[in-house]
Amino acid sequence: MQTFSYIKAASISKALAGVGSGKFIAGGTTLVDLMKLNVEQPATLVDINVLPLDKIEKLPTGGLRIGALVRNSDLAWHPDVKASYAVLSQALLSGASPQLRNMATTGGNLLQRTRCAYFREPNAGTPGGYACNKRTPGTGCAALEGFNRTHAVLGTSDHCIATHPSDMCVAMAALEAVIHVEGPKGKRTIAFADFHKVPGDTPHLENALEPGELVTYVDLPRPVEGARSVYLKLRDRASYEFALASAAVVAKVEGGHIRYARVAMGGVGTKPWRSHEAEAALAGKPANAATFRAAAEAALAGAKTRSDNAFKVELAKRCLTRTLKLATA
Amino acid sequence: MATDTLSQAASVIGAAVPRIDGPLKTTGTARYAVDHDFPGLVHAVAVQATVGKGRIRSLDASAAEKMPGVLLVLHHGNMDGVYRTFPHQDDATISEVRPPFEDDRIYYWGQFVALVVAETLEQATAGAAAVRVEYDVETPDVRTDLSTYTGPRESSWKRGDPDKALASAPVVVDESYSTPVETHNPMEMHGTVATWDGDSLTLYECSQGVVNHRVVMAEVLGIPRENVRVISRFIGSGFGGKLFPWPQSTLAAVSARKLNRPVKLSVDRRMMFSNVGHRPRTQQRIRLGATPDGKLTAIRHDFFTETSMLDDFVEHCGEQTPFLYSCPNLEVTTGMVRRNVGAPAPMRGPGAVPGLFALESAMDELAIKLKMDPLELRLKNDAERDEGTNRPFSSRHLKECYLTGAEKIGWKTRTPEPGSMRRDGKFIGIGLAGASWAAARIPCTASVELCPNGRVCVRCATQDIGTGTYTIFAQVMHAKTGVPLDRIDVFLGDTSLPDGPTSGGSMVTSAVLPAATSAVNQAITRLLNIATLTADSPFHGAKPDTLTVSEGRIHAKDKPASSGIPFENVIRMASLSGITATGRTSPSWEDPKANQYSLHSFGAHFAEVEWEPEIARLRVSRIFSIFDCGRIINKKAGANQILGAAVMGLGMALLEETVHDPRSGQPINGSFADYLVATCADLPDLDVTFLDYPDLIVNEYGARGVGEIGMAGVAAAITSAVYHATGVRVRELPVRIEDLLQSKILEA
Repeated sequence: MQTFSYIKAASISKALAGVGSGKFIAGGTTLVDLMKLNVEQPATLVDINVLPLDKIEKLPTGGLRIGALVRNSDLAWHPDVKASYAVLSQALLSGASPQLRNMATTGGNLLQRTRCAYFREPNAGTPGGYACNKRTPGTGCAALEGFNRTHAVLGTSDHCIATHPSDMCVAMAALEAVIHVEGPKGKRTIAFADFHKVPGDTPHLENALEPGELVTYVDLPRPVEGARSVYLKLRDRASYEFALASAAVVAKVEGGHIRYARVAMGGVGTKPWRSHEAEAALAGKPANAATFRAAAEAALAGAKTRSDNAFKVELAKRCLTRTLKLATA
Repeated sequence: MATDTLSQAASVIGAAVPRIDGPLKTTGTARYAVDHDFPGLVHAVAVQATVGKGRIRSLDASAAEKMPGVLLVLHHGNMDGVYRTFPHQDDATISEVRPPFEDDRIYYWGQFVALVVAETLEQATAGAAAVRVEYDVETPDVRTDLSTYTGPRESSWKRGDPDKALASAPVVVDESYSTPVETHNPMEMHGTVATWDGDSLTLYECSQGVVNHRVVMAEVLGIPRENVRVISRFIGSGFGGKLFPWPQSTLAAVSARKLNRPVKLSVDRRMMFSNVGHRPRTQQRIRLGATPDGKLTAIRHDFFTETSMLDDFVEHCGEQTPFLYSCPNLEVTTGMVRRNVGAPAPMRGPGAVPGLFALESAMDELAIKLKMDPLELRLKNDAERDEGTNRPFSSRHLKECYLTGAEKIGWKTRTPEPGSMRRDGKFIGIGLAGASWAAARIPCTASVELCPNGRVCVRCATQDIGTGTYTIFAQVMHAKTGVPLDRIDVFLGDTSLPDGPTSGGSMVTSAVLPAATSAVNQAITRLLNIATLTADSPFHGAKPDTLTVSEGRIHAKDKPASSGIPFENVIRMASLSGITATGRTSPSWEDPKANQYSLHSFGAHFAEVEWEPEIARLRVSRIFSIFDCGRIINKKAGANQILGAAVMGLGMALLEETVHDPRSGQPINGSFADYLVATCADLPDLDVTFLDYPDLIVNEYGARGVGEIGMAGVAAAITSAVYHATGVRVRELPVRIEDLLQSKILEA
C-alpha cells in the first residue's frame, strides 16, 4: 500500500473540491482491498461517508431514488425494493457476505472492479509482472493465455477479457436505472447502459465518469405494472462466490404472450450485460420453453470463449432460460 | 453397537464433553502464536520470488535499508549460521530440506528471497515492497500431467501375480483417477514469534509437534536442543500443514538473533498457497479383476504423486489397498514426480484420502460393470484378516459400518440406473465408499500433580490442534479422581513439559491415555500411602489398599466418598507442595501382543446429491458417516472431527483445486475468494454414528483416533452419487460444472 492523505468531506462541494486526482471512499470494500494489493494507488482519499446520500426516497414519477451511500444490505431489505424491484433485492443478497453488504454502498458497487487474478497481482503491468492492459495500457493481457475459467465471453476484446463482477449492476441494467453524478462541471445523468464500457482497446477506461465526478444517486424508473422480476445466480458453491453466470429479468405476460421483457446477464460480460438480442427474441412471443431457449441462444450468440471458460456459454443459456421461466410463471 | 465393558470408566469417558478450552476460544482470550507480544518486539515481512524457476541475478536492498524503521534486510548474500537437517531422521523432521536463503536459486514461485525487519509491521511491509530483485528466469515445470514420468517406481505389497490374474479375469476395470493440488488453509495462518535470552531461544509457534520442532530448530540453528523452547498452546488448526517446521520459523529465529530483539513473522493468506505445503497432485491407475459373480481376483494400484524439486515427499495413495479387500493378487507401485512447486506436506488423511477416492471409485465402476449392487460388492469382498501383513485385525467392523449406513440412508430403495430417482423435481443420486486409517500407540510421557489447593494438574508436551486433546486429559483425570473438570488444569504445547507426541496421524488420543492414566494412578497410590503415614490424617495407620479416591475425596473403599476427606487435606497435613507422578506410554510396536495384529480404524460414508439439470446445479443433500474407531472418549469432539472431515471431503469432491499458472508457476487462485472451500450454505444434513467397539489391543480404553479417517472415502461416495444422479463419472477431481454439463439426464 502506498502512502496517501485522507480527507473527510463535510459536503458534496467540499468532496468535489478536495478529491483532485484522488479517490472517493465510501464502504471501501473494493478500494481498500485493491490499495493493499497496490492495484489502486490514490494520493488522496476523500471520505464521503457523512454526505447526505444515504436515503431511499420515492420519486414523484413513482420511481425510487437511491442515495449513493445506501448500504447494500439496507437497499436489499428496503420494503419498496423487495416489493417492486425484487430482482434488485435478490441480486444484492446473492452477492458477497452479510459483513460486506453492511459496508458496501450503491455508488461503490457501480464502480466495483474485476476479480481477474492477473489484474489483482501487485506487480501486474510492471516489468517482470503479468501483462495487464487495465493496469498499464499496452502491456497486453495475461488472462488470454492464462487461467481464464471465470473470465468473460461477451463484450471481450483481444486486449481484455475481465468479467464485471457486480450482481447489483446486472439487476440495475435490467431495471434501466439512471445514474446521477456531480462533478467540477456540474450535475448530469447517465443512462445505466451508457455507464459501463466494454474494454475495446482501452480496457483501463471502465466507465463514463469524468475525472472528479461523484456518483450521488441512482434512480429506478416506476415499476412496470404487472411485471415480475427475478435474479438467478449460478456458481460452483452455494454462497460467497462471484457469478459464473447470472441473469436478471423483468417480464410481463398477457394472454400467454410476452408483452414486456428486459434481460441482463452477469458473470459472462465485461460489463453488466444487457441483452437486446434476448429481448427481441422474447417480444410478443408465447411464454414457453422454446421461446426462452431461443432468447438464451440469441443472448449468447456473440460469445467468444477461451481455453477454460467455454462452459459458461451453455451455463448462461440455462441460467437465462430458467430465469425467464421463473419471471413469467 | 458395542455396550460399555469398562468397569472403571466413569460416565465422563465416552460422554459428549464440551471442550474445556472452549470459553477461552469463544471469548478471544486464548493466545495463539502471533498474539504474543513483548517489549521491543519488531516485525518481519518476507519477500517472495515472482518467478517459478531461475536464479537471483541481483538483489538490491539499499532502498529498503534506508527506509524509516527498517532494521535488517536478510537475504542469501548475508544469511549465515543455519544448517540443514538430515532428511527422514526420526526425531527431526523438517518440511523444506533447503534452509531459506541458502543460495541464489529459485525452485518455486513465492519462495522467500529476502526478509525485512522493521519497528512496525507497516514499515516492514513497505520495506519488503522496496527490495528490488532481478532474476535469470527459466520456465518452471508445473505441468499437471504426471504420467510422462519415466523415473524409478517403487513396488510394494506385491502378492500373487496380479498381471496374470488381470489377463485372465472375466471382468476388468481399468481406469485412471486424479486429484489436484489442494491447500490446507487452516483458519490460523502460520506464524512465529522468536525471542532470545542470551543463548536460549523461545519460539511461539503454531506447531502440531513442539518436541520435533525444538529438535529441528536446534539443528538448523546449530545450538543445543536444551537451549530451544517451543510453545504452541493453541493452534487454529493445521490439517497436517503445521506438523513440521517451515522456513518462517528459521527466519524469525535468525533475525531475532541478529537484532537481539523479539521478532514476529506472519505468513499471509497468499503465501499460504505457496510456502507452507499442500496436498500434492496424484494420478492413479486402478486395475481390478473380478469373477462374474463379483469376487476380486486382482488389484493393481499404480500411481504418481507430485513433489517439489528438493524434497522427497510421497502421498502414499496405496496404503489401504492391500488390506481393505480380500484379493489374492495385488501390487502397488509409486512414482515421485518433481515439479517447481513448494514442498508438499501431509494433509488430513494423507495417502488414504486421494487413494481411496481412486480405489473406491473403481469399486463403484466394477459394481456397475458387474450389474451388482455396490454395497453387495463391498460385503462380498470384505477382508477377514489383513492380507497385506497376514495378521488378524485387532478390531474390524467395516461390514457393520456399511449395513448401518445403508439402513440410515434407505439404500434398499435405491434403484441403480442413473437418473432413475427423483424428489421434489430434482434428480437424486446415492453413493457409498469405505474408509480406513492406521492405528498405533505411540510413545508419550505425562505428569500429574495433585495440588494442595484441591486442583489436579496434568502436563504433557503434546498439543491440542483444535481437536479436543485438552479435554481428553481432563476427562481421564476426572474419571480417576472425581475432581470436577473446572478444578483440573491441563498444560500442553510447551517443550518444557514432559515429551509428548506430534499431533498427526490420529495417534494422540491413543498415546496420551495410557500415560495420563498411569501418571494419575501412581499419584493416587502415593496420595493414599501418604494418607496412611501422616500423623494428623484420619487414615493414619490404615492399609493403603483399603482406601480409594472418588469425588475428589479419600475414603475407605467400603464407605461412600462423603465419609472421607478432600484429597488436598492430606497433602496439606503432610506439608507437601503437591504429589507428582509421571506416566509413560510404550509404543505398540514394542508390544508383542499388539505386533500380532493389524491395527486400523474403518468407516463408511453414504452420500446423497441433488441434481437440477435445468441450471446445472449439483448440491450434496445428505451424508451419513458410520465409523469404527475404537472407543470414542469424547463423543462431542469425536463427532466434530468426523463432521469437519466430511465437510472437507465435500470441498475436495466438488470445489478445491490449487491452480498454478503454467508460465509463472504461481498458484493463481491463492485467496479465499478464488480457492473455493465449502461454505456453511454448502453443508448437507450431516449424521455421524460411532460403532464404539473398544480396541483393547491399542490401549486399555480401547480408543483409536478419529482426525484423519473422516475425510477418506467422502469424495468417492460423492462422485458415485454424482454418477447415479447425472450419469457422469468424474475421475478427475473436483467435480465441476463443466463435467456436469455433459450429463444427458436433463428433464426433471
